Amino acid sequence: MRVIQNLGEWLDARLQIAATLRETAEHRVPRETASWFYVFGSAALVVFCIQVITGILLALIYAPTASEAWNSLQTLNFNINLGWFIRALHGWGSNFMIAIVLLHMVQVFLFGAYKYPRELTWIVGIFLLLMTLGMAFSGQVLRFDQDAFWGLGIGASISSRVPVMGPWIVKLLLGGPIIAGATLSRFFALHVFVIPGLLIALIGLHLLMVLKLGINDWPMPGRLVRKATYVKEYHELTQKDGIPFFPAAVWKDLFFAAAVLLALAACAAYFGPFGPSGRPDPTIIQTAPRPDYFFLWLYALLSLLPANLETPFLLIGPVLGIIFLLLLPFLFGEGEKSWRRRPLAVLTILLVAVVLGTFTNLAVNAPWSPVMDAWSGNPIPPQYLQGRSALERQGAAVFQLKQCHNCHSLGNEGGKRGPALDQIALIQTEDQMIRQVIQGGGNMPAYGKNLSPAETTALIAFLKTLYPAGRRPARDASRVQVTQSEAPPPKATNP
Amino acid sequence: MTVPDSLSRRAMLMKLGIFLNTVIAAVLAVPVVGYLFSPIARARKAGDSWLPLGSLEEYPAGETRLATFRNSDVRPWDGKTADSACWVRRIDEQTFQVFAINCAHLGCPVRWFPQSRLFMCPCHGGVYYEDGARASGPPERGLFEYAYKIAGGKLLINATELPTPGSPSALVNIGGKIPCA
Repeated sequence: MRVIQNLGEWLDARLQIAATLRETAEHRVPRETASWFYVFGSAALVVFCIQVITGILLALIYAPTASEAWNSLQTLNFNINLGWFIRALHGWGSNFMIAIVLLHMVQVFLFGAYKYPRELTWIVGIFLLLMTLGMAFSGQVLRFDQDAFWGLGIGASISSRVPVMGPWIVKLLLGGPIIAGATLSRFFALHVFVIPGLLIALIGLHLLMVLKLGINDWPMPGRLVRKATYVKEYHELTQKDGIPFFPAAVWKDLFFAAAVLLALAACAAYFGPFGPSGRPDPTIIQTAPRPDYFFLWLYALLSLLPANLETPFLLIGPVLGIIFLLLLPFLFGEGEKSWRRRPLAVLTILLVAVVLGTFTNLAVNAPWSPVMDAWSGNPIPPQYLQGRSALERQGAAVFQLKQCHNCHSLGNEGGKRGPALDQIALIQTEDQMIRQVIQGGGNMPAYGKNLSPAETTALIAFLKTLYPAGRRPARDASRVQVTQSEAPPPKATNP
Repeated sequence: MTVPDSLSRRAMLMKLGIFLNTVIAAVLAVPVVGYLFSPIARARKAGDSWLPLGSLEEYPAGETRLATFRNSDVRPWDGKTADSACWVRRIDEQTFQVFAINCAHLGCPVRWFPQSRLFMCPCHGGVYYEDGARASGPPERGLFEYAYKIAGGKLLINATELPTPGSPSALVNIGGKIPCA
């Protein structure tokens, strides 16, 4: 013990930092802030440290070249002791990081912590969020697989839509005319040097301001923030009713951080690393690229927006969103902090959460993507074929051969891009079906040139059988008037 | 007599020092910026590049086939990413259409279905007819087309960069009209 103490004194005589550290650790915070709601910031910092450590460990093996990156990830997964686990920790750490940063942001927003005098802390926090997302995207690129390759193409396509500058931005993004070695190298530089460097600097600034300005006091309904009096009130609060951060408040941070680390390690051990998926070979086109989890909402948005709204939405939407977030502390810098008296704030959070959740959930199923092999891989359910005439069965074959199944489901199998056709005969008459097939429309291609009259006749004969037993299929009332007779409908599909 | 600090020799030397550093930093910034923007210059320098897609016999008339080519401006460490794919449609003996593999919506690889004579995109469900015209889905235009020529019994295309919705080189003729122009 004597040796350690002596060493400590020797160091401090030169560093002269012990007093400052002690003062910082024991700085007084308002009593109520020793709360489980105030643990997200420190947890994000802990996960960031994990990302730095695992990132350095991965960089020991990873080869940042387009020709070898994918191979080096395979080596990490299968040939290096516990390489898969380090990759899993880094990949799951990325998910955890985004989740915790978002939770932190929601807590800060609902507790009014962005108000005077903590505006700059909030603004730096916005940039930290953007950089975290930047790390997530660039990290996905470094996992140089098919998803990464085509994901870069999507990024390039979006960037190219910027007016005037678009093509330049694409070349700067890709480091050349195509997605190739230079692209991976610059994303490696961004992911490993540029963004982490900025992140470390801004995290330092963020923390410094939390210490200098003090942690946000627990919002009490009715205790309003006024610029003239706030600092004095806060000072009194911490002095009269404050507790030292260390050890009175810090233990909750420690427990939460431990829980997060445990969950992270458990996810990494149980679920393993992410990918890599197929080789990044542009000539292998049998691929359906999907973004990583936290960008799925964007994937959904890009499919669901009307085509003419897409570019303005993509280019202007994020800019407006970021500007609004940056201006927030100046627009609402004073007044009520408590979420109990800020219904609009609570509704905003709920709305954003519901929107992001819905889009993400939609994107997991991606009903807008055709199922590219449904025409050959998903057979028509047998009950739709039993007891059918030769013509109707021929129509079912046309349905498969012409890839109708890729976009239309039968018996819940196949694509969901277009409507399910299990009950189509209830909704459309023969003439309506013919028109839809021949002319297309409503997001369906026109098959006029691609179906012979015989094929069309067979297909329609099959479609007319698609209605449930006990219901009457749709019919054209005028036809009875003209012909004085009506052919009986074919037997129902589901007996 | 004391000189005010702002006029003193030291203050003047400090300002001169700051000025010198600013000038040198500005001079140094020129090559740095030039280096950073080199991808743009690199693309401009490349100009036309006619890349072979193989002999004409590989493309039977009336059919659409997948072809691959190696880009002209590549580096040894690009590996397989130096290659690209495209769809070659041979209309008759001398008439071709060569489509980029990239969907005009967001660049995913489109697939050709010879049975229904449609290109389908697996990402957001863009569909194109056999002549590359938009059929349905989110794309705002038809497939990107490469200019082609036939020389010595071989098919060549002019491919210089990744086709994207905003790139001017993507504005080629489809069905006699220039889309987006």
